[in-house]
Amino acid sequence: MLLALLLIPLLAFAAILSGSKARTAATIAAGLNLVLGLAAALSFALSDSSRLWNFSVDVLQRPHIQLSLELFDGMSVIMLLLSVIVTFAAVFSGKAPDGREKLYYGSSLLISAGAIGAFLSTDLFFFYAFHELALIPTFLMIGMLGRGDRKAIAWKITIYLGFGSLVLLAGLVWLASAFGTFSIPAMLEQGPLADASAQKSIAAFLILGFGILVSLFPFHSWAAPAYASAPAPTAMLHAGVLKKFGLYGLLRLAVPLLPDGLSAWLVPLCVLLLGNIVWVGLVTISQKRLDGMLGNSSVMHMGYIFLGIAALAAPGLNEIALPAAVLLMFAHGISIAMLFGLADRIERVTGTLDLQKLGGLAKSAPALAFLFGLVGMASIGLPGLANFAGEVMIFIASFVNYDPAAGLGPVQITCIIAISGVVISAVYMLRAYRSIFQGPAVDCTRKAADLTLSDRIPAVLLAVTLLAVGIFPNLLLSLLK
Amino acid sequence: MAWLLLLLPLLSAAANHLFLKRNAFLASMLSVGSVVATFVISLLLLGATDSYAFTWASLPEPVGNLSISLKLDQLATGMMIVVTGIGMLVHIFSLAYMADDSAKARYFTCLSLFMFSMTGIVLAGNFIMTFMFWELVGLSSYLLIGHWYEKNSAADAAKKAFLVNRIGDFGFMVGILLLFGITGTFIFDEMGAKLAAFESAYPGCYPCLLGTAILCVFCGAVGKSAQLPLHVWLPDAMEGPTPVSALIHAATMVAAGVYMLYRVHLSLGVEVFTETMAGEVIAWVGGLTALAAALMATQQDDIKRILAYSTLSQLGYMVMATGLGGGDAGMFHLFTHAWFKALLFLGSGAVIYACHHQQNIWKMGGLLKKMPITGITFFLGFLALIAVPFTSGFFSKEAILHAAEGNPPLFWIAVAVAVLTPFYMTRLFVVTFLGSPSSDDADHAKEVSPLMFVPLVLLAVLAVIAGYKGINTLAPALPAHAGEFHVNPLFWISLGALLAGSIPAFIIYSGRTKDPLSIPLFRERFYLDAIYDKVFVRGIQDGGAALIHFFDEFLINGVLVGGSTRLVQSVGGLFRRAQNGNLQAYAFAFGLGVIAVIYFTVFWK
Repeated sequence: MLLALLLIPLLAFAAILSGSKARTAATIAAGLNLVLGLAAALSFALSDSSRLWNFSVDVLQRPHIQLSLELFDGMSVIMLLLSVIVTFAAVFSGKAPDGREKLYYGSSLLISAGAIGAFLSTDLFFFYAFHELALIPTFLMIGMLGRGDRKAIAWKITIYLGFGSLVLLAGLVWLASAFGTFSIPAMLEQGPLADASAQKSIAAFLILGFGILVSLFPFHSWAAPAYASAPAPTAMLHAGVLKKFGLYGLLRLAVPLLPDGLSAWLVPLCVLLLGNIVWVGLVTISQKRLDGMLGNSSVMHMGYIFLGIAALAAPGLNEIALPAAVLLMFAHGISIAMLFGLADRIERVTGTLDLQKLGGLAKSAPALAFLFGLVGMASIGLPGLANFAGEVMIFIASFVNYDPAAGLGPVQITCIIAISGVVISAVYMLRAYRSIFQGPAVDCTRKAADLTLSDRIPAVLLAVTLLAVGIFPNLLLSLLK
Repeated sequence: MAWLLLLLPLLSAAANHLFLKRNAFLASMLSVGSVVATFVISLLLLGATDSYAFTWASLPEPVGNLSISLKLDQLATGMMIVVTGIGMLVHIFSLAYMADDSAKARYFTCLSLFMFSMTGIVLAGNFIMTFMFWELVGLSSYLLIGHWYEKNSAADAAKKAFLVNRIGDFGFMVGILLLFGITGTFIFDEMGAKLAAFESAYPGCYPCLLGTAILCVFCGAVGKSAQLPLHVWLPDAMEGPTPVSALIHAATMVAAGVYMLYRVHLSLGVEVFTETMAGEVIAWVGGLTALAAALMATQQDDIKRILAYSTLSQLGYMVMATGLGGGDAGMFHLFTHAWFKALLFLGSGAVIYACHHQQNIWKMGGLLKKMPITGITFFLGFLALIAVPFTSGFFSKEAILHAAEGNPPLFWIAVAVAVLTPFYMTRLFVVTFLGSPSSDDADHAKEVSPLMFVPLVLLAVLAVIAGYKGINTLAPALPAHAGEFHVNPLFWISLGALLAGSIPAFIIYSGRTKDPLSIPLFRERFYLDAIYDKVFVRGIQDGGAALIHFFDEFLINGVLVGGSTRLVQSVGGLFRRAQNGNLQAYAFAFGLGVIAVIYFTVFWK
């Protein structure tokens, strides 16, 4: 059944190439996948029969490579949910430039299929290959439909992510040869790698490789320009879903298989993640355009998920950090996708994303203002919305192994500095909201159209998700038991 | 039933937003109905002790369940009386005050949201829940200050309030985590016992670590209760509608900091204040805030701003008493202050309404004759604030002074504030209500409608009697002998301070049409706002961020990481030429190439 989640977008892609109406085909495929994804999550939560969903076929005998799709654990299920929800919103809310519908909707479907494949694959080869598959349409969308200096930006992201992928590839190959298998379940069964020095070296490759893909400081400078340039669905899908691949990989592979390797790199990891939160946070404050601000803010928030990984890497058992990090990945994915979707809308109705040129939009577009305000608040960690649940649990996780007699460890110190990010993010988000929606109306906002009922569907879907998970985080936490 | 306290305002806010946006009348009735119902429930629950919990998030050990838990005790139920009682009167007052507002439905939605959030802080049984509702109160305050968001000043004030509060919340969260690190729990009922165990296990690091944790927690109170140095948002918050100032920025939300400190006092024991350096620091912050804000108040001209600085000053009193271990005195003052300060704010609202949104006291004058009910009720609130004997404010201020007796410097600071308070309030009253009207707006002022003056009358009654024995059992906490009258040295000091402040002010200001005194230092609020704007907003927020942005662009992007990118790019340029710069083709080649690389690595193993 899980194969259907891949086949539906691929078939729709084929249909689009062969001349079907692109938007309709893509919306139907995304809608079907949304239903299927929810059904899969439901069956995983309610019964043991979720094995029936799994799909496996041998691709190569020697070495043994399988196309194996599984609802492996709660983390896979949550990432699947994130993918199908964001895909639906991205396909539904985007508006293709005239004549480019095929490329626009087809690419979105391919990115989605790649992400779903990566999150469901339990074979290292396909885990990696599906992510690569999703990157290609990402580059294409920026290079062909992007804004501004699209060629240069497409080059930049291609080179960065290509480099990151290569480092990662080296690490994964090393990992596979150390375990003698490509099957992730088989690796997990063997437990942590025995060889300490190999652990440390492989962990370095994985942190660097996955880190570049997740815009870990100082390898973050591809992200903001790429998201600012990318068409809205691409930004939504990449920042919301595909970028989580790196974090998912670290949690799936590095944390259980290379615990000592990770803890050997704990202090550098802490320093880099503070770079994301504090340094990039300050860069975000200085942005003059909404798209640049959102791109940088998404880089900044990666720091908190890395903090969860750091808490897992620190010595001592920490059973809270993993669910916390997964929750925040989900919340961030939903909220950043919604932000990019609404930013696109703002640009379509006002013609600009320059914060200094906007103002007073709440008067003419109250629904847009409300939804943007809601998701803005979510992204700066307002309680009752999903991001807060993830962030506060990560903070708690950082203090779980705190020993008052021994003083503050690196994770606690990092956590305390990281919490200053709640001020930084409030500064840039409220400032943006202030300049776009409040104050007297200006020419470009006075007559701006508000969201129509059908325009609201994707934003409301995402907003309801944020509220549901924020008020009842157990909805997701129970999957992670 | 306790859940209804939380759910009714939430449901009313949700229903208002989802269904009643275009029906302002129904929306306002729903909000008023919900607040009346919660007031009745609060009366029924007064003095109950109970607790209820709903699991918010189930986490693995050692944290276990994080809950939304309602903890009922005298402190919580007494505070609920204040919150819902004043909330109810403010809702009713707003019906008239906001009658012509174009966004009345949104206003009442936000009021309900505020009632929900504030109730959550009051009933919280653990620190995580306190923090959650703490932030939600910040949100509702942001929305209400920015109610008239088309005005730049209102939008800026709302943003400032939220951001300054967030600075305090940063410390608050760290403090909560440190306390969790020390005690292993967030639950108020369990912290005391865990703390005792910790004390015997690590006697050496107890006072220092605990003191740090308490000070971090106190940062939250510094933000919410607008203490130095984070006081700057409160005067600006007066940009919001005046009933909001009465409810949120005088009586309830700003008192949340004091309330939370007293909750800490109750669950961790008074030793956390008296036996660590935290108590001393807290008391000094409170004392200095009380003094500085009172000095600033003497030179303001906007009626609401004078009251705002007065609120800062009185909150400083409460914080000071709490830091000195006299949290019960602080709570008693919180209780009486809530009624008379809400009265003064609503009274000023009535004045502003009658004078066509004129807020400058020098443009008023003679209003006692024009609006006798407003004038007389305002006068009663004024008497309570300046602590005239036998009003509620007198009893609670005596309790504060009594709590400070053990610390002579702070005691004399408190006495100085007791001189300044009657000074600036007499100035306010004389200029606004006595003399003759000094503008057309004041000359045409008429008494307000019953919907507005009935709440004033009720509050005026409470402003006078709330301190007495019997009635003061409604208070969240009471010091020993509260509401008793003794002629002792403290009484003479209070009386002397009262006369020393009010008589000179009466002589100086009576019959004046402009301020004969000019003290720029006080008028400009010790230049703190200007310095903050220069250092934090212009300096760090703009300058620092821009500098870092510059480094980000040129150092990281350009040299360190970008250098290698450019190297690859120039190599890539060769291929690009070979491919005529066809990005599409390149991307596909890239993908295929990578997959091929994997395949061969695997195959040749």
